[in-house]
Amino acid sequence: MESAQTPLLTLTGITKSFPGVRALDGVDLDVAPGEVHCLLGQNGAGKSTLIKVISGAQPPDTGELAWQGETVAIGSPTAAMRLGIATIYQELDLVEHLSVAENVHLGHEASSAGFIRRGAARAATAALLSRLGHPEISPDRIVSTLSAAGRQVVSMARALSHEARLIIMDEPSAVLDPDEVGNLFRIVRDLTSEGVAIVYISHRLEEIREIGDRVTVLKDGRAVARGLPAGTTETREIVALMTGRDIEYAFPERPAPQARESGATPVLAVEGLSRRGEFAPLDLQIQAGEIVGLAGLVGSGRSEVLETIYGARRPDTGRVLVEGRPLRPGNVTAAVRAGLGLAPEERKGQGLFLLDSVTRNVSISSLPRFSRGGWIDRAGERGAAAQFTRELSLRPADPDVQIRTLSGGNQQKAVLARWLLRHCKVLLLDEPTRGVDVGARAELYTLIRRLADDGVAVLLVSSEIPEVLGLADRVLVLREGQVVHTAPARELDEHRVLDLVMEGSQA
Amino acid sequence: MTHGATSEPASSPPLGKPQPDAPPPPAPGKPVGRVLLGRLADVHSLSLIGVLAVLAIIGAITKPDAFLSTDNLQLILTQASVIGVVTVGVTFVIIGGGIDLSVGAIVALASVWCTTVATQDYGMAGMIFTALIVGLGCGLVNGVLIAYGPMVPFVATLAMLASARGLALQITEGRTQVVSVDAVLDLGGRDAYIFGIPPLVLIFAGVTAIGWVLLNRTTFGRRTVAIGGNPEAARLAGIAVKRQRLMIYALSGLCCGIAAFMLVVLSGSGQNTNGNLYELNAIAAAIIGGTLLSGGRGTIIGSVLGVLVFTTITNLFTLNNLDSAGQQIAQGAIIVAAVLLQRRSAAQQP
Repeated sequence: MESAQTPLLTLTGITKSFPGVRALDGVDLDVAPGEVHCLLGQNGAGKSTLIKVISGAQPPDTGELAWQGETVAIGSPTAAMRLGIATIYQELDLVEHLSVAENVHLGHEASSAGFIRRGAARAATAALLSRLGHPEISPDRIVSTLSAAGRQVVSMARALSHEARLIIMDEPSAVLDPDEVGNLFRIVRDLTSEGVAIVYISHRLEEIREIGDRVTVLKDGRAVARGLPAGTTETREIVALMTGRDIEYAFPERPAPQARESGATPVLAVEGLSRRGEFAPLDLQIQAGEIVGLAGLVGSGRSEVLETIYGARRPDTGRVLVEGRPLRPGNVTAAVRAGLGLAPEERKGQGLFLLDSVTRNVSISSLPRFSRGGWIDRAGERGAAAQFTRELSLRPADPDVQIRTLSGGNQQKAVLARWLLRHCKVLLLDEPTRGVDVGARAELYTLIRRLADDGVAVLLVSSEIPEVLGLADRVLVLREGQVVHTAPARELDEHRVLDLVMEGSQA
Repeated sequence: MTHGATSEPASSPPLGKPQPDAPPPPAPGKPVGRVLLGRLADVHSLSLIGVLAVLAIIGAITKPDAFLSTDNLQLILTQASVIGVVTVGVTFVIIGGGIDLSVGAIVALASVWCTTVATQDYGMAGMIFTALIVGLGCGLVNGVLIAYGPMVPFVATLAMLASARGLALQITEGRTQVVSVDAVLDLGGRDAYIFGIPPLVLIFAGVTAIGWVLLNRTTFGRRTVAIGGNPEAARLAGIAVKRQRLMIYALSGLCCGIAAFMLVVLSGSGQNTNGNLYELNAIAAAIIGGTLLSGGRGTIIGSVLGVLVFTTITNLFTLNNLDSAGQQIAQGAIIVAAVLLQRRSAAQQP
């Protein structure tokens, strides 16, 4: 079914490594003019890195890129633009306080003798917006006053202003309402009919069926399937390609489900908790010693749920109870005092004080324990921190080293040690093994299970479905802010969860 | 046994419970000399001591009699005292991730308020009380605006700068308010020196010591470093970030109140022009002392050394009858050199 024309873009054997991770491991890809080529893969499969390689943001370690049959090196985003490759990122990179026309021509302003030709820029922008079917957007409008859909149109106008022949769209529908998605598809069809190629990234299989021509599936940095027909390939087949991993993790044994006394107060109870635009009213109970997993894609609302329970976001409705006592809503200090602890998703940005020692990072939530009248008993503090660095086998075992010198896994252990020291009753874990190597993962799994055995209630969020299934006793599947399924982990498998996470419909 | 089995496998005791037979935490494996040195001062402070030594040598060569005289050393220390106390407060603000542009104006307001005729009627105690309350009050207003407004610290303290100066002008109507309380005037006199040390210098030393303890040995200091280093992580660790911010600005205001009274003692009067450019000098001294303007790291010792370097440069220029233009250029150059030095030493760390 492929015509014999030269592909617009061909990638051969692209590899890219980061310290400790091989993000791309010999990826091949070809994109034909006028097609919508979909990229699929789980989080961490290498999609983002591949986009960065194509758009010139990160050069590949090895491998070859060819543009219209000729080998090229794309050393910078500017070089990519000059070839005719434009990228529309998930977080749209517009300057909010500038006008639409100024954004469209940012970096390549039409000018005479240093003065911007505002009239020409405005006219050109108006023409592009009409071509995209949005003549109602004024070129003079300030971008911050536009809706998410409007901003996306501006991003596309910017791509077209570079006379892009290939546009990469990274989850363009994630920020759009359902009716706006239809308009996006119309624009995509118009563009492809003019010969522009689109690389389309989405988690939503139904979209890929509707708009896509061919599908390439990435897994663990490799293209496991290239150029499958988007309309006719079975969902099962695609899901099977995305899962089925090479590395099997060893999970600690689950204790036999205990017959709990009915009526026992759960350690954590969530009643009708919701935030508008993020997640629908949610009910949840976790008993002492139980690990509950929250499975869902990025943007399904899982981190938002965790942060709202923790008080870092204020709920619109509902409440959180710890051992039967309601928490003050939207107040982290109260939550911590009541016995909650959070290992946040962005470990460095939200969890750690990078310039400080391990000891100080571990003790920060328990300072009153080590102080009298505000005076810190530093020997006691250091001793307690040292006990945990030893028990959790942190490497190096020195509690005085700066925490930024530790590996990701050891940093995560330090975050857990913070809450162990606090004797927390409920532990909220957001992507606890992100950026953690295989060996340290097994240790973290054992540690989390041991914590539960000691009576802590654990709520675990992870985009790695095997991790949720292997570690949790019970799993909630979250899709677009709704709990679509709840079941004991032993009754689920990876394919079933992926089906639920992506489509939520078929059995 | 009605409450179920509680036996635990011997191999995995509950985490975090003290284990009697556990060995004591290993001592840091550093030579004793390095530890002692590290306790006294970090590398940055040591290099500042070196700078001071160089300045002293320059002074001793250019003005051998005047520079090293007791009078002159007393003068340098006294001049450093007022701005030094302000700098201790500002150091907390910067380490906590903020900025305080209003310190000079608060010093002016507190100094005129505590020298009004009405206040002087209450004697020295009344004047001290007034200066401290005015300083603390202004700091609390800053803190409330910044923590609960919430306002950007730059803007909130800029507004305080303008209004406190305005209020100081309104109180004095532009006149110098001469102090007539003998106890206050005596405090600035030579007879009040204790073992040859002016009382103002002793106050400065006391504030420095308290500041050092507060920053390095208390939960207040620890939390200040935490919210400056990573406010989001501090919030998620359960620290009451807003209350901490409020207290930091209140502390800075209180330091201004102390400095205002010291300035009144030194000059024997209160003026609305007092404390001019203190905000810039204090911030500069803190930065020279190794405090990160982005927050999360800094030392009291460094800031005090920064003040001494600045004051000594001023003194050298004055003794040698050089104009103040060169002095300001020298101070600017020192700021640049200090920051470059700091970046290099930060890069050398693992």
